Amino acid sequence: MNRPSRPFVGVLLAAGTLLLLACERPPMEATQGDFRGLGVEQVRNPRLAQRTLDANVSPDPMPAVEAAGQPASAVYQNVPLLGHQDVADFNRLMGAIYQWVSPQQGCTYCHEGGFANDDAYTKIVSRRMIQMTQRINAEWKDHVGDTGVTCYTCHRGQNVPARVWSHGEDPGRPFLGAQAGQNAPAYEVGLTSLPGDPFTAFLSGESADIRIQSQTVLPAGSERNIKDAEWTYGLMVHLSEALGVNCTHCHNSRAFSPWEQSSPARVKAWHAIRMVREINDEYMESIADVLPPHRLGPAGDVLKVNCATCHQGLPKPLQGVSLLQHYPGLARELARADDGATDVDDPLPGDPEVGEEVSGGS
Amino acid sequence: MAMLSFEERYRVRGGTLIGGDLFDFWVGPFYVGFFGVTTIFFTLVGTLLIVWGAAIGPTWNVWQINIAPPDLSYGLALAPLQEGGLWQVITVCAIGAFVSWALRQAEISRKLGMGLHIPFAYGMAIFAYVTLVVFRPVLLGAWGHGFPYGILSHLDWVSNVGYQFLHFHYNPAHMLAITLFFTTTLALSLHGGMILSVTNPKKGEPVKMSEHENTFFRDALGYSIGATGIHRLGLFLALSAGFFSAVCIVISGPFWTRGWPEWWTWWLNLPIW
Repeated sequence: MNRPSRPFVGVLLAAGTLLLLACERPPMEATQGDFRGLGVEQVRNPRLAQRTLDANVSPDPMPAVEAAGQPASAVYQNVPLLGHQDVADFNRLMGAIYQWVSPQQGCTYCHEGGFANDDAYTKIVSRRMIQMTQRINAEWKDHVGDTGVTCYTCHRGQNVPARVWSHGEDPGRPFLGAQAGQNAPAYEVGLTSLPGDPFTAFLSGESADIRIQSQTVLPAGSERNIKDAEWTYGLMVHLSEALGVNCTHCHNSRAFSPWEQSSPARVKAWHAIRMVREINDEYMESIADVLPPHRLGPAGDVLKVNCATCHQGLPKPLQGVSLLQHYPGLARELARADDGATDVDDPLPGDPEVGEEVSGGS
Repeated sequence: MAMLSFEERYRVRGGTLIGGDLFDFWVGPFYVGFFGVTTIFFTLVGTLLIVWGAAIGPTWNVWQINIAPPDLSYGLALAPLQEGGLWQVITVCAIGAFVSWALRQAEISRKLGMGLHIPFAYGMAIFAYVTLVVFRPVLLGAWGHGFPYGILSHLDWVSNVGYQFLHFHYNPAHMLAITLFFTTTLALSLHGGMILSVTNPKKGEPVKMSEHENTFFRDALGYSIGATGIHRLGLFLALSAGFFSAVCIVISGPFWTRGWPEWWTWWLNLPIW
């Protein structure tokens, strides 16, 4: 009988070894999320996890200041959102925003020709963003809890947050039918061949229904099909990648839809999806006209947020450290104390009745 | 139990691996041997422990009976019987019974002067099982990574472990294993169809032999692997399927923690694009 030749065996061994190099090495760390033996667990590579932790360190808060005893509106003009704040706290927050958003450009990134001047688009945008931050901290506690968010949660020392999305360029009509954004490995969906932009469909505008599983034993009357499921799958892979967790963080995969078989984290995510839709539709779209072309996406739409914008690979952004407590101006309850606080061009969007939608929604 | 008249002369003494002549006898048609005794022992103990586990569990519904491994917090230590210790003892019994069975196969093969292909093949299945409940849990540092013993519960485990890696179909060894399983059935069906077709001729026609078999595949495919070759191929395909099944699960976790689609970045990162 002919034996395989030695060079052939050698090539096979070398190829196998090279593929192993694409892998990781033990030991790993694991946490259990449900009853033992169910396979609901997170297995982490502690060496990779440390890199993510190192990249997500919350900056030290600015030194605390003694109250000056007069509101910012008494010292500065044209401070509709934060004028009620003590001027010392106000200045502290302004210093922090400069560190969080424009450490290179400094105060003049927004403040051109005097503090009261509204000429710079950046100032209009940042006012809208402060409004958004206050809204998130006050009205979306179901997702952000008391930890809250600040400018830094997304911006991380950059003018524009790194992890944002926009509509892709129209690829034109492909040779063989519509690809639906598939077969082009997209980082946003974990390099799968799933539709690469689930955000346009699910996180902005007329958001599609995410729930895909039939509610009946037989799919009688359902018009959802397996292609719809791939869009949902793409969005879910994005959630996983953004939080650095796997599907079992929220779901027991034996049945994805029942809430009583899912982890509490899934409720947080449900609120998060609605929060992100509101951020994109009510806040990001509202600054689209103000932004110069170079701040827009390739298709000319405004850059928008998804889960990764804040989370950046961690279940809790910035390891769960709350910067908000040092900057009460970003929590809207305080802003409300001043009757001039709502004196801005865009009215705040109405409060959605979030709690009522949990049981029947998608 | 009835015995075929010609069976008697194959009952040769000797060839035992352990126990010498002590267990070198038959009960009815069954060879006993030392490993027959240990097989029965481990099987009985393990099965009764499962029954006991069901008795102290919440249900007698055979689909829902679940003997789960310990919490991850026990690591590689022993757990209390009702909190996963039972799973640990049953796992020992299962491995004891499976390995005993393979060694009994080896003893019978030795008696008959045959090769050890059969125990080797069965050993691949044992290897896959031990990979699931011993090698991988040890590499991950906790018995709790083993799969639970229960008809539905082990399916839940399979599903959830798959989703731990977002999309298990991107696991390269899983791809190989699935391909090999399907190819095994293809080879077996071709071979089975071939044998039945030559041994079931029309009335009055003689049974066909190797020449017909070879000619059929030479006409159809240009090549016939031959009578021995098809069995060699079948064993290779089947064992490879089992082997890569074991590989696909042992690399999931100990050697890869992210989504399997992401593993393929080495391909996307090749300098040829």
